Amino acid sequence: MSTGDLSTGDLSTGGRAPGGDRPTVVIVDDHGLFRSGVRSELGDQVEVVGEASDIRPAIELIARVLPDVVLLDVHLPGGGGQDVVAATKSAHPQVRFLALSASDAPEDVIAVVRAGARGYVTKTISGADLVAAVHRIAAGDAVFSPRLAGFVLDAFAAEPASGSAAPSFDPEFDQLTAREREVLRLIARGYTYKEIARELFISVKTVESHVSSVLRKLQLSTRHQLTRWATERRLA
Amino acid sequence: MAGRPERRDDGTVDKRARSRGPETRGPQAYWTGLGDLLPPEKRPGRPRLRHQLGHWRTFRHPPESGPLRRGQQDRLLGGVAAGLAARTGMDVTVVRSVFVLAALASGFGAAAYVLAWLLVPVVGESNSMVSKALTDRRGIALAAGIGSLLVIVLLIASALGASWVGTLASPLLITVAGIVLIWRNAPADEQAMIRHFAEPLVDLAEGRIRLRLAWRGVIAGLLLVGGLAILVPEHQRQFLGALAGVALVIAAIVVVLGPWWLRIARDLVIERQARARAEERADMAARVHDSVLQTLALIQRRASDPHQVIQLARAQERELRSWLFDGRAPGSIDERGMTLAAGVRLIQQEVEAQHGIAIEAVTVGDCALDDSLTALLAAGREATVNAVKWSGASVVSLFAEVEPTEVSLFVRDRGRGFDPGAVPDDRKGLAESVHARMTRRGGSATVRSVQGEGTEVSLTMPRAAGERQPSRA
Repeated sequence: MSTGDLSTGDLSTGGRAPGGDRPTVVIVDDHGLFRSGVRSELGDQVEVVGEASDIRPAIELIARVLPDVVLLDVHLPGGGGQDVVAATKSAHPQVRFLALSASDAPEDVIAVVRAGARGYVTKTISGADLVAAVHRIAAGDAVFSPRLAGFVLDAFAAEPASGSAAPSFDPEFDQLTAREREVLRLIARGYTYKEIARELFISVKTVESHVSSVLRKLQLSTRHQLTRWATERRLA
Repeated sequence: MAGRPERRDDGTVDKRARSRGPETRGPQAYWTGLGDLLPPEKRPGRPRLRHQLGHWRTFRHPPESGPLRRGQQDRLLGGVAAGLAARTGMDVTVVRSVFVLAALASGFGAAAYVLAWLLVPVVGESNSMVSKALTDRRGIALAAGIGSLLVIVLLIASALGASWVGTLASPLLITVAGIVLIWRNAPADEQAMIRHFAEPLVDLAEGRIRLRLAWRGVIAGLLLVGGLAILVPEHQRQFLGALAGVALVIAAIVVVLGPWWLRIARDLVIERQARARAEERADMAARVHDSVLQTLALIQRRASDPHQVIQLARAQERELRSWLFDGRAPGSIDERGMTLAAGVRLIQQEVEAQHGIAIEAVTVGDCALDDSLTALLAAGREATVNAVKWSGASVVSLFAEVEPTEVSLFVRDRGRGFDPGAVPDDRKGLAESVHARMTRRGGSATVRSVQGEGTEVSLTMPRAAGERQPSRA
C-alpha cells in the first residue's frame, strides 16, 4: 500500500517548503531496521536529526532538537504514539507529527490523529511519497492516506442521533461539507492532490485547505464514533 | 484492459461507438458493450444529486437540435417523454403529466406513447424498434392473437351495454399490440425494465394459485347463475336467457380460437426458457473466463517456474471441483452472511495472493450481500484482476462506498493506461464479465483511461432498500 494522495510533483506548486530548505526530521520507531530503512529512503531530501525507539526517549529527544517533523510509529513498546504527541504538543506546538503504522486499525489511527498528528500513512509507502508527505507536513498541511480518508468518511457519514448527541452536536466540527466529502472520496479512490484538483476544477492549494479543514474537524469533533474510539484508547 | 499503445487524448470511451453499427466490428466492438461510457462531463455522477437537480430544474431549458430520440438517462418507461422534453425544451415532468392525463382522458395518450416507443429510436441509435419488429413473425402473431382476444372481450362488453367501450377500444388495441411488440423486440436493457414491471403478473399467471382461483371462479359462477335463476322473479328470466346466450358465444369462441391461444402461450414459455438458457450460458462463460481461462493465462506466463504452475493448477482443480460437484461457483462470493466490506477484503487477499501485487482496499459503510451486490463484487474482482495483469502498476486501489440508494466500487491503477477503442474483439474480459454483469442487474460500468496515466473502472449498483451499517473495518 502506498498513499496515493502524495506525489513529488505537487511540491513545486505547494511552495511552502522553500527550495533547498530541508525540513529536519526525527524518526520514532521501535524497529531499528525500519528506522534505517526510512533514513535511507528519505535520502538527502530531508535532514534526519535523530532517532528514538520508545516514548520517554522520544519526548526528550524532540524537546532537545525541536525538529520540523516527527515520523511517529503508532505502536510503541511503552504505549501508543499519541502519548508522544500529547506530551510534546503543548510545550512545542511548532513540532508537527506524521503517524506511520503497519496495520491500520481505525481506532489507532484516529487516536493518534486526534491527539494532534497532522497526517497518517502506512509503512508500505514508497520513498518518494514519504518525502512528499514530510514536506507537506512541514509546510503545515495535512496528509491523508486513502484508508484514513475512508475512516473519516465513515465516521462522519451517519447523521448524529437527534436524541443523544444533540446537546454536544456542533455543526462546525461535526459535519463535513459536500466538497470535503468529494475530496475525501477521491483520496480514498487513490487520486493525488493534483488529480483531485483537476477532477474538481479547483487548485491544489484549495484541495490542501479542504484536507486541512477535515483534519481540524477530525481533531475537534465530538461525534459519537470518534469519541468512542478515543475513549477506548483512553484519550478523551 | 490490455495496454494497447494507441493514443486517445481525452482517455474516455466514445459513447457514439455504440451507434457505429456492425460494419465497424473492429476493435471498437469490444467496447461497444460498455454502452454507458460517456465523456466525463456527461457521466452520470451521483444519481441522487442528479435527481435533486432534476427536481429544481427550470421550467424551460434550451431545446436540443437534431432528430427526436428517446431519452436514455432519465427515462421512467421508454424514455419518450424524456426525449420529447429534450427536443422541445419543455420540462420532462410536464410532458409526462400530459401523457398521463391524455391516457386517463381517452386512452390515446397511452397509445401514442407506445407507438412513439416503437417508432422513435433511442438516443445514439438510428433504427427504431419497428424495423426489428416487422421481421419478428412470432411477435406479430402474438400481438394479433392478443388483439383478437381483446376485440372479443370488448364486443361482449359493448353487447352488454357498456358505453365506454366505443371510445376506449382503438387506443386500447394499439396499446396492447404495441406493448407486445415492444416486449419482444426491445433491447436487453429496456426488456429488463419491462420484465421488472411484468414479473409479478407473470408469476401470478404461472403459479398454481391462479389455477385454483380459476376453478374457484368457475364454481362460484355456476352457483351464482343457479342462485340467480332461483331468486329472480319469473318475468325477468328473459334477461338470464340473454346472459346464457352470451356465455355460449364466449364458449364457442374459446373452442374455436382456444388451441391457437394455447399454442401462442406455449411458444411464449418456450421462448422464456430459451432466453433463460442463453443467460445461463453467458453467466457460465463469464465464470469460466474468470477462473479457468485466467489460470491458464497465468500458467503460460509462469511456465518457467514449475512449482508455481503446479500450485496454480492445483488451486484451479480445487475450484473447478467445488463448482462442478458442490455447486459453489468459482469467482463468486456468495458465502452466506457475508458483507460487502468482507467481500472487498476477500478480493484484496485473493488477488494479492494470486498475482503478488498490492491492492489497497478502502470501504466506507457496509451492508449485507444480495444477488446484485454479489454481481457487483464479481465485476469489481474482474476489473481488479485486469488492472493487476495489464496495467503494470505496483499498486491497485479499490474503493467501495455504501450509500442509502446505491453501492459504488472504484478500481484504479496508475499504470500504463490504454486506448479503449483499440482493444481487440476477442478479449472477453471487461465487455462480458464487468459490463454485462452490471447491466444484467440494473447497474452500470464506466471505464476511464488515459495512456501513461492509468485506468479507473467505476461500478455502480442500485441498492434494494436497506439500512446502511457503519463499517467495522
